[in-house]
Amino acid sequence: MANTTATTAGGGDFTSNLGRIYGIYTGGFIAFIILMAILSAMGVPNRIIGYLFVAFTITIYAVIGILSRTMQVGEYYVAGRRVPAIYNGMATGADWMSGASFVGMAGTLYLLGYDGLAFVLGWTGGYVLVAILVAPYLRKFGAYTVPDFLSARYGGNLARFIGVVVLFSCSFTYVVAQIYATGIISARFLGLDFNVAVYVGLAGILVCSMLGGMRAVTWTQVAQYIVLIIAYLIPAIWMSTVKTGVPIPQLMQGQALASITALETAQNIATHHITPFVHGGYNALNYFLLILCLMVGTASLPHVLMRYFTTPSVREARVSVAWSLLFIFILYFTAPAYAAFAKWTMLDLVASGLTPENISEKAGWMMRWAAADGTLVQICGKAATDAAAIAAACAEKGVTALSFADINLNADMIVLATPEMAGMPYVISGLVAAGGLAAALSTADGLLLAIANALSHDIYYKMIDQNAPTARRLVVSRVLLVLVAIAAAYVASTKPGDILAMVSWAFSLAAAGLFPALVLGVWWKRTNSAGAVAGMIAGFGICLYYLLGTRYGAVGFYETWSGLSAAPADAIAKYAELKTAWASAAPDAQAAAWAALDKHAQTIANWWGVKNLSAAAFGLPVGFLVMIVVSRLTKEPSTAMQEFIEELRIPRGKQMMEEKTA
Amino acid sequence: MATPDRVSYWNKTRGLMFVMLGLWVFFGYFIHLFAVPLNTIVIFGFPLGFYMAAQGSLIAFVVMLFWFARKQNSIDEEHNVAED
Repeated sequence: MANTTATTAGGGDFTSNLGRIYGIYTGGFIAFIILMAILSAMGVPNRIIGYLFVAFTITIYAVIGILSRTMQVGEYYVAGRRVPAIYNGMATGADWMSGASFVGMAGTLYLLGYDGLAFVLGWTGGYVLVAILVAPYLRKFGAYTVPDFLSARYGGNLARFIGVVVLFSCSFTYVVAQIYATGIISARFLGLDFNVAVYVGLAGILVCSMLGGMRAVTWTQVAQYIVLIIAYLIPAIWMSTVKTGVPIPQLMQGQALASITALETAQNIATHHITPFVHGGYNALNYFLLILCLMVGTASLPHVLMRYFTTPSVREARVSVAWSLLFIFILYFTAPAYAAFAKWTMLDLVASGLTPENISEKAGWMMRWAAADGTLVQICGKAATDAAAIAAACAEKGVTALSFADINLNADMIVLATPEMAGMPYVISGLVAAGGLAAALSTADGLLLAIANALSHDIYYKMIDQNAPTARRLVVSRVLLVLVAIAAAYVASTKPGDILAMVSWAFSLAAAGLFPALVLGVWWKRTNSAGAVAGMIAGFGICLYYLLGTRYGAVGFYETWSGLSAAPADAIAKYAELKTAWASAAPDAQAAAWAALDKHAQTIANWWGVKNLSAAAFGLPVGFLVMIVVSRLTKEPSTAMQEFIEELRIPRGKQMMEEKTA
Repeated sequence: MATPDRVSYWNKTRGLMFVMLGLWVFFGYFIHLFAVPLNTIVIFGFPLGFYMAAQGSLIAFVVMLFWFARKQNSIDEEHNVAED
């Protein structure tokens, strides 16, 4: 293939031919899809088509990963700082859009309607903060990792160490979720056992990142972006064409929304898709706080920021943020359309006179998904595994004609099931699986690299052995990468429900722990080490306390802070009732009574009703406040440090941190 | 280090930052405070409040960032601190 020869030909040649190489690659991928469609029409079984899709794409990533191997520190950590703005933008897009964005976002929008748009806004608007406040200045400094900058600006290893702790806590749960997603997709589409599938996913991740570090990850992420965006757009375009005759889903979404509203009214559904602040407990306060936490979190997540260390200049770093957002935007403004078309299809299905008897004939795909996992499709409150199960569940409830509310679809299956829902051929399902894998693998690569680089560069090289020779640093780096990856795959293989729920915590943790220190470090010269360290600990601490307290210590949290809880009177009465029940329960019933109490407490353990997802709503202001107050109370930074900041603000001049790279 | 030109450079950079931050607040939050009344205006089937959150603000963010990159670059050049 063209890209393989060019990569071996060496850096300069490769970068000047990028357009041609990725153009051929994109054409090749489209030709492959057409080939699969032909094979499928000739009667090749679906299972084989699924295998071919996954095998073909992963082989390409592996080839790029192996050809980009390197033994140079600068190449390994920051891809030689030669990545042009537009390609870095594409790589950032793949790095950023996780398995959850690809698989789960449209599903969330399907379920939450308007209120799900908080995710769309939060995960795009954050790039404005990246561009104006942080990325260009970090690029000028010339760091290898985010903690590198903290250490240089706040004089020493304490700030560096806290940075590593925050980085690790927000990235590790995130990477576990990515590996879990690869496992789910491989299990569903390849029919592998989940435990095997997780390690297959792990292998797919390691071949991309281990030999070539950032350089290999960059070029595979570009390839993965192309796969995932094609895989996301095709089903949406298809649905739009089938439903409206116009192949522009984003535009025809308007017609879909109008139809949804009309169907909802006809079916007496009280909560309309388009009505703001009414779905899933998102009142206006929580809607806006979630947007804030996601945006600020975006501007603080190390695996995103480190992508801007790879551009050739400060100017390119700024342009690159704009390109990143454009590439991300293409998927994120399609997601609401995807959701609207899926909802329209479902409402239409219900309107066609759906009963427990005819559903297996009208929508057999639901039973196939329910058979794979009973939580994915529930009808009349029970897993819809086959016609008999549905008939039994509905008879029990006395339902003779199914309404929209009787059918409960899991958010994570909407995108993956859409091809079947809309009656598309299996090739599209294979394509969607390849796209979901590309999204999960590319994000996992970026996260693993962020963690392993922090451990090898910040902890091992900067804090333990400053005289380590280059070769040993790179070996340590790779060993750590593999160890972290195996640990993450092991955790994922245990199917940790809690960890998956914690993924969205990463944004709040990163926002509260890193954002004030990064922003004030550039924009307020008076910030000193004592202030930064105190602010990071306070912000991160409050955030962590709120997250863990409201989730794992809900009863204690509520008892301590009942005065601040936004619980309505009936919920408070119920709490008292459950507490009495627990206190008077017989010894063998005590565990169950406590579980009931704890479960209820989780719904009322809060400060002013803020959802625990938005914990940075407290961590962020506390972090800023402590940082400013402590900095004011202690000595101002040295003249040398003030000059360092002056220098940081000016694009001209060579980068400030020079590394021995030989 | 803090020559008059550097001071003026930083003032302009900071001014641009605040303009961007203002636009960010407007498109990220302010406009969505009015989602309910905006939803009564319907264009091509899109209720306007829904449209702004699903597409309008996103388009604004993308355009803002390309404009910012150009504008900041011209400030750099004007003050002779752009990279070679």
